[in-house]
Amino acid sequence: MFRKKECVAMLLAGGQGSRLYALTEKNAKPAVPFGGKYRIIDFTLSNCVNSGIDTVGVLTQYQPLMLNEYIGNGLPWDLDRAYGGVKILPPYQGKNGADWYKGTANAIYQNLQFIARYNPEYVLILSGDHIYKMDYDKMLDYHKKTGADCTIAVIDVPIEEASRFGIMSVDEEGRIFKFSEKPKNPDSTKASMGIYIFSTDCLFKYLTEDAENPDSSNDFGKNIIPNMLAAGEKMMAYPFSGYWKDVGTISSLWEANMDLLGDIPSLNLNDEEWRIYARHEAHAPQFVGAGAVVENCSITEGSEIYGTVVNSVVGAGVKIKSGAVVCNSVILEDVVIESGAEVRYAIVDSGTTIGKNCKIGEACGADKLEICVVGADISVPENTVIKAGAMISKATDIAKEGN
Amino acid sequence: MSVAGLIFSNIHDSAIPELTTVRTMASVPFGCRYRLIDFPLSNMVNSGITKIGIVAHDNYQSLMDHIGTGKDWDLARRSGGIKILPPFITAYEGTSGSKLYTTRLEALMGVTNFIDRCNEEYLVLSDCDGICNIDLSEVIDAHIANNADLTVVTRMLNPEEADLKDMTSITADENNVITDASAYIKGISSNEVSTNIVVVNRMFLLGALRDAAAHGYKHFFKDIVARRIGRARLYRYMYEKTYIHIGSLESYFASSMKLLDPEVRGGLFEVENMPIYTKLRNSAPTRYAADAKVVNSYVADGCIIEGTVENCILFRGVRIGKGTVVKNCVLLQDTFTGNNVTLNCVITDKNAVICDGRMLSGHSTMPFFIPKGAMV
Repeated sequence: MFRKKECVAMLLAGGQGSRLYALTEKNAKPAVPFGGKYRIIDFTLSNCVNSGIDTVGVLTQYQPLMLNEYIGNGLPWDLDRAYGGVKILPPYQGKNGADWYKGTANAIYQNLQFIARYNPEYVLILSGDHIYKMDYDKMLDYHKKTGADCTIAVIDVPIEEASRFGIMSVDEEGRIFKFSEKPKNPDSTKASMGIYIFSTDCLFKYLTEDAENPDSSNDFGKNIIPNMLAAGEKMMAYPFSGYWKDVGTISSLWEANMDLLGDIPSLNLNDEEWRIYARHEAHAPQFVGAGAVVENCSITEGSEIYGTVVNSVVGAGVKIKSGAVVCNSVILEDVVIESGAEVRYAIVDSGTTIGKNCKIGEACGADKLEICVVGADISVPENTVIKAGAMISKATDIAKEGN
Repeated sequence: MSVAGLIFSNIHDSAIPELTTVRTMASVPFGCRYRLIDFPLSNMVNSGITKIGIVAHDNYQSLMDHIGTGKDWDLARRSGGIKILPPFITAYEGTSGSKLYTTRLEALMGVTNFIDRCNEEYLVLSDCDGICNIDLSEVIDAHIANNADLTVVTRMLNPEEADLKDMTSITADENNVITDASAYIKGISSNEVSTNIVVVNRMFLLGALRDAAAHGYKHFFKDIVARRIGRARLYRYMYEKTYIHIGSLESYFASSMKLLDPEVRGGLFEVENMPIYTKLRNSAPTRYAADAKVVNSYVADGCIIEGTVENCILFRGVRIGKGTVVKNCVLLQDTFTGNNVTLNCVITDKNAVICDGRMLSGHSTMPFFIPKGAMV
């Protein structure tokens, strides 16, 4: 027995996130830790539940172990529901063979059955690699009010960056008349946020047609949206303003973490009105020792700070020993930084130990960000020097990249 | 081995009236993010006990709110899990002269039904005034090895720093057989006292409760334990690891400050595979501003610190304003301090507000207490 839902969300979480290098070595991008105690996917899941959407299909493909484990039964997001809730949708074997998800549109196409069981009027397509707080219910209202077949959330970006995004040209009523994926000469600053609401019938029609076309790359941005535009469907742009960041690269992930700092952080997680939920382990409180210096930092449970930590985001269970210095860095959970070590402009992944008197990364300016990444579960030997911007995914990389 | 747990949430309410006028002893906040009941609950869960009754007396809204369905302790179960046992008033009305129970034994008599319906062979009883991370399965193993009817977990107290209220002194022979149980009197009694963690055979307890009802007995240690010395198999289990007892506001303050000692923290929170669980609040990480100066402090998530904090225990959601200096304080959840406030040896209850420029100081032997929601 499936109860009807007005809107079902489909969250694309299968991407590899290859530009996050060491961080996605064994982990899907949506499960990459963020802000000390979150993972990237927490933002989309929390947005769903805060917007009243309680049925979310999560499409997984690349390295799903951590992601599956993390989502579990959806309890942290209140998505362990009797009807609906969060469901993991991996690729599967069908009667006529098995297919990996070939593109974003194909992933949804292969799960049309899942959507159909809830008989929704609308389907919300999301991706699990953005950091933002957004009320999808308002977007749905806009979709209904304008009578659109498809609504795409857009955000104004600086014109010089517009060529990195899918750019929408819209008329004065917000109707999209042109869409160009990563245009060389953008004629608009309205960038697609990768958030779509489709009226269900329309989505089913275009996905089915697309699946029958062997030349299609089965992608929303490349195929579905242009096809719908060409067919004259009513496509609206929903303007969003507020914090939004694509954390697909090391530098943007680092920047988004830094946005949690400052007197008035540009990304406020202490927001009673719009909580971001996460799965927590039982950690003790954080301890700041007698000789510690902690300035402009975000630090979470289970950490013990005896050294100097400045302009940094520190995850759960991190130990920063006396005499260690951590500046402008993101330290993920259970990292140990031994005394005398210096970590600057770096992201250190979970479970790694930075040995005594190591020098990891170098100070650099905002104009030339070079973030050094040390992957998970690596033991960096004493006195190692790892230069700015280096990527260390395993212990053997240290000799190559370091010194 | 089948064991159920029973936790007394109110037994020691009178010990810290400042904190228990609005809550039970079980729901007194402790250690930045915990409530006292988290310790016995986590100890039971970590020792494999998954059917737990919580005996409530009055004032138990905060307790119910904290426990919820029990899922934060992994106790939201189809079979077993947490049961809150509110008072069953008429059961002993008239016999005690008061409508609600006044002693542990009366509390037990009020939950005879729960004990009767359990089919576990053993019960672990625990109060909420002792803070420890004890492996109860070791106690149960010893209980079984001794073929005991009842085993009392004891510890040695330091008479100089202990609160002596309501303590039961236990003496035992070299085989751990209990030879006496009496009210603790400083200088006379042995310094070995009951932690009020007791392992008991369920059928033995049921028999003892019926006998106590027939005789109109009121006191667990005096009437059930002491009267059976030599007649039943009563043992003690001496616990020698980290143990903190809370018996007054002063000892609450001193106990909180003990958490700044890494050995105490290690003994409570860093025992392998035995974390202490609590209700999750989904707080953001704590933000330390550029001007923050924090040393030797134990801090929960969700705080925003813009001033100076020294030797403090900060609970979730505490705000420390600019220019504010807080030393030797225990600030409970969502305490707000404005700018240029000075606090020393102060305990604030939840949601206290200290306005700009206020200066308040107590002393370590008499901390200054600001009640829940009060504005200074």
